[in-house]
Amino acid sequence: MASLRDLATARSGDKGDTATLAVVCRDPADWPLLAGWLTADRVAAFLAPAVRGAVRRHELPALAALLFVLEGALEGGVTRSLALDPHGKSLAFSLLAMPLPEEILTRARCRRP
Amino acid sequence: MAAQTYRIGCGAGFSADRIDAAVTLIDRARPQAVVFECLAERTVARAVLARLADPEAGFDPWFEDRMRAVLPPAVAAGTTLITNMGAANPAAAGRLARRLAAEAGAPHLPIAVVEGDEVTEIVRRLDPPFLDRPGRPSVLGEAIVSAHAYLGAAPVVDALRRGARVVITGRVADPALFLAPLIAQFDWATNDWERIGRGILIGHLLECAGQLTGGYFADPGVKDVADLAELGLPFADVEPDGNATLGKPEGTGGRLDRLTCTEQLLYELHDPGAYLQPDATADFRSVRFTELGSDRVRVEGGTGRPPPATLKVVVGYRDGVVVEGGISYAGEGAVARARLALAILRERIDRRAIPVLDLRTDVIGVDSLLRGRAVAPDPDVRDVRARLAARVADRASARAIGHEIEALWLNGPAGGGGASWSAREGLAVASVLIPRDLVRPMVSFVAPA
Repeated sequence: MASLRDLATARSGDKGDTATLAVVCRDPADWPLLAGWLTADRVAAFLAPAVRGAVRRHELPALAALLFVLEGALEGGVTRSLALDPHGKSLAFSLLAMPLPEEILTRARCRRP
Repeated sequence: MAAQTYRIGCGAGFSADRIDAAVTLIDRARPQAVVFECLAERTVARAVLARLADPEAGFDPWFEDRMRAVLPPAVAAGTTLITNMGAANPAAAGRLARRLAAEAGAPHLPIAVVEGDEVTEIVRRLDPPFLDRPGRPSVLGEAIVSAHAYLGAAPVVDALRRGARVVITGRVADPALFLAPLIAQFDWATNDWERIGRGILIGHLLECAGQLTGGYFADPGVKDVADLAELGLPFADVEPDGNATLGKPEGTGGRLDRLTCTEQLLYELHDPGAYLQPDATADFRSVRFTELGSDRVRVEGGTGRPPPATLKVVVGYRDGVVVEGGISYAGEGAVARARLALAILRERIDRRAIPVLDLRTDVIGVDSLLRGRAVAPDPDVRDVRARLAARVADRASARAIGHEIEALWLNGPAGGGGASWSAREGLAVASVLIPRDLVRPMVSFVAPA
């Protein structure tokens, strides 16, 4: 099944108990399509219940990217979390597993090689 | 490289970064300055504990190896070295650097040390509220190990203007380590917010080293990166107006393009329009990357405005003991046996009333990393590890839990293998803000050998 990984790359970061997820279109022409579909609510719903706080979205059209800031997503932060991956570095690939609706995939410019 | 540009590279993005890659960067790209950013949030608190045990300890554990490797090529190329590897003891690191410089044939190399970031007493006195957890430092009492403020570029600029060729600091904001030589080179006014913002942008892009040039990026078949075993470290050719061209040494592995630069630009940002730093509030919203071909990328468009009136301080505190262990299962029913093992562990901890502050269990291979709906509902996985991690108050409780994990050998489900556990002292951090005028950075030069 097609997933967000077909369309975009992602990198996670951490600061305290807040995780960040940068999502970058592999083809910049897909940015309007991605920005219209990948809302903060959709990201929050997909990753719930791992994210306890708010999810904010920053739009970066010049970079063909979206930045998601997830509060309360790291079990107290890297120095307190008991998780195997306390930084939440792997969170980017949880998000990239999000199924891509057929209508998005057919309209996308970028296709997985 | 045009005559007016200043080439600055990054020789390490964390303490355990590769050392030979920095030698290649200096030898092949011959930057005017190379920065080694090696201080994670919790590192300084650990270093303070090391310094308490030994007054000549408390700096980066790889400092000696790294400096011994990079000093000879840096002396030969005329490259200035700037690093926060001084951690909790920049003065002791400076004395060691003096001996290593003499070994490298440069006994009179000007080496400066920046101190004044340790603000433990100020934080105890002001007791400001935590930004990222409830309460204030006073609630932690004697558990507090140290408090260190993120210094800005000013003391490093001062050291460079006084002729330093090696600058060793403790806690300085990571981008400020890169901004400082640009201010010193181009004589930027410290209230020229656009140029200061661009200097911070360059620092932010470079500070994670290989993460800009194809490290932390490869996803085989989807995003391929050539020759990661010889990953080239990044440099920037900075122009007097703060715009720059990014590159990496010839003949090295990795890749540098719009995607690697954009992933790194947004890495760990909370607000691309307001990146709070001691020297300015940087604004990256209008940054543009232009691929120039052959691993060269032009970066333009960053800006800035005045910084906050406060400095961020990281408070390190003792946080119990963390015990972690597991046992592995294979074949059909492996996930069910792993879950049974974890249920047995929880029941044993309850029955023995081992006091636990916090506990978490996972099945590695199923749900230890994946989150939310990304977790597959009915995993047909045949190679898993049951994992338990707990925070407890003392070593005795950690040992009791470790004993229960090992006891699964003979008392747990069928086919369990590789049972093991370990315990470590917990050390956590929290942040506060303090007025910047209370912090007094100091620069000193290490006496010649």
